[in-house]
Amino acid sequence: MIKMIIINGFVLGGMYAILAIGFSLVFGVGRILNMAHTSFYMLTAFLIYFATSNLGNPPVFLWLLLSVLIVGVLGMGFYRLLFDRVKEHETATLIIGIGLSILIQEVLLLKFGGHYKGIKPFVPGFVAIAGVSITYHQLLAVVSAAATLVGVWLLLKKTKIGIALRAVSQDREIANLIGINVGRICMITFGISAALAGIAGVVIAPIFMLHPFMWVNPLIITLAAIILGGMGSIKGGVIAAFILAFVETTVVFLSPEASFLRGAISLTIMIIVLLVRPQGLFGIVFEEELL
Amino acid sequence: MSGILFWIRKWVEGELLAIPGRLIAIFFFLLLFLVPLFTKNAYFLDTLTLAALFAIYAASWDVLAGFTGQINLGHAAFFGVAAYTVALLNIHFGLMPWLTIPIGGMSAVIIGFIVGLPALRLRGIYLSLVTLGFPIILSGVIVFFAGLTGGEFGLSGIDHLSESKVVDYYIVFVVMFVSLFLMYKFTDAESKVIRVGVILHAIREDEITARKSGINTTKYKLLAFGMSGFFAGIAGSLYAHTIRNAGPSTLELLFSFQAILWTIFGGMATIYGPVTGVFILYPLIEFLRIYEMGEYVRFILMALMLIVILLFMPEGLTIWVRDKIEVKCPRCKLTNIIIKQSCRACGAPLHLNKHLN
Repeated sequence: MIKMIIINGFVLGGMYAILAIGFSLVFGVGRILNMAHTSFYMLTAFLIYFATSNLGNPPVFLWLLLSVLIVGVLGMGFYRLLFDRVKEHETATLIIGIGLSILIQEVLLLKFGGHYKGIKPFVPGFVAIAGVSITYHQLLAVVSAAATLVGVWLLLKKTKIGIALRAVSQDREIANLIGINVGRICMITFGISAALAGIAGVVIAPIFMLHPFMWVNPLIITLAAIILGGMGSIKGGVIAAFILAFVETTVVFLSPEASFLRGAISLTIMIIVLLVRPQGLFGIVFEEELL
Repeated sequence: MSGILFWIRKWVEGELLAIPGRLIAIFFFLLLFLVPLFTKNAYFLDTLTLAALFAIYAASWDVLAGFTGQINLGHAAFFGVAAYTVALLNIHFGLMPWLTIPIGGMSAVIIGFIVGLPALRLRGIYLSLVTLGFPIILSGVIVFFAGLTGGEFGLSGIDHLSESKVVDYYIVFVVMFVSLFLMYKFTDAESKVIRVGVILHAIREDEITARKSGINTTKYKLLAFGMSGFFAGIAGSLYAHTIRNAGPSTLELLFSFQAILWTIFGGMATIYGPVTGVFILYPLIEFLRIYEMGEYVRFILMALMLIVILLFMPEGLTIWVRDKIEVKCPRCKLTNIIIKQSCRACGAPLHLNKHLN
């Protein structure tokens, strides 16, 4: 029981952490709250479903890579087309993000229908660790989540683009003055963030069922994680994602009928955190954003 | 006697008919009032009834978001709670519509205060995120207590408002007229009698300055939440009685966003904007259902429309039209028709820029 909670908690936590990182990257660099973030995750999962069910037998790992790339490029396109034009206005950004999510949801509903779909595992089989059977996919999910987190950390700390990205998130004007193309960095960040959401989708697609409304719950939990961890703090986002994932799995395991309340519990945590400690666990207070 | 008639005639000619916006509003309400005389088609009347109550709902979002600047992304919470309250009272206690509708409105006021409490500490996107959460929490709760609330299917078998569709239509029409009038008057910043409007505008523009000028912003923000909640609740109660069902669809994210779509399409912070938006977009999208494809495409269309409007017409339709047909007097701020050369009250020249060019 407890072992199951731990394993599922790590799988879910890894997914939420990847989603939360992408979300807070875009928020930190572009000051955009991208409500369409989890739509990219859903889109990747559906791309994989499309490939495995329609394209015969494609080379799986090539296709996984390709779908992440497609979603990344799509993210950049959406940024140029939509978010870039309204990003000065926070509310318009929020609304346009949800508009985009609903658009993607309805297009997928039209194309694939509303029933639940599963993807058959790429790597069937399981191992038994300490008496609990873990499918290879769950193991793969945890490993790839960890690899992605390390990859993002390396990208931010060691590469030139990562340094530029952090510079923009610290001070836009100065970054612009020292010759960083802020607009392009924002677009690239958006692409990276969408690709990260895509990785979360790849990781989770063979484990969960797919349906066109699957973006709502992760979005709620990502928002809760971002606020719990502190806006703009990547470390805080990751830790909060794991906390919320463990809360969620514990609730679901303790009383399965309460699984409808998953989103509600995360949101209640979010609201309490906002009221008691608006800067979150690791965030910084922006005087002008509080009252 | 003839003196009174003279004053009435002068008022009608000088005030009522002098501004094209007012003329359009009068014409619009007159047209809606006369519709049942021409057609008794049940589907058509139902669509108009729903449009009328959605107009109250959208306008109540405008009171909160447009005038007070508290962008509420979970406005469906007010609507849904009222609908469920009405359903429970009507089904379990057999209360009549004239009693359930005010109680539904009051229940939404309570939710309004609860949602409004975070607004005392938060603002901007943080507030929007909190408000986004409420209907999602509520729909989780509703599925959890499926025994009481009917779960996914909702509660059905609520009484009709009245015996016939036509009477239903007139009840909703009158309620809409009164609600819109009250909301318009309460938020009118130029009113000399009710000062709430100008205070709400001040809170939207700069809350800290408003507080420093001695306005109790806490009180007025809660008032805005309560007022918005009340009218959304009235709309929700009417909805439950019209459609005879209160289901989780009244709490959906998409439903909150419909209010935003209608208001942004019509023009924010106007009251007549959301009404225009509803009466243009809702029937349009509803009639798409006649075609088989329309059922699937209409939400795609809606989302596309929302995005396009935000990108290319952020002001909204009515404001765009208003600037074409009306002009404000530069001296006394009175609204005039655009073809007039001098203000109808103070005689100041209206089109100063033309002379300068």
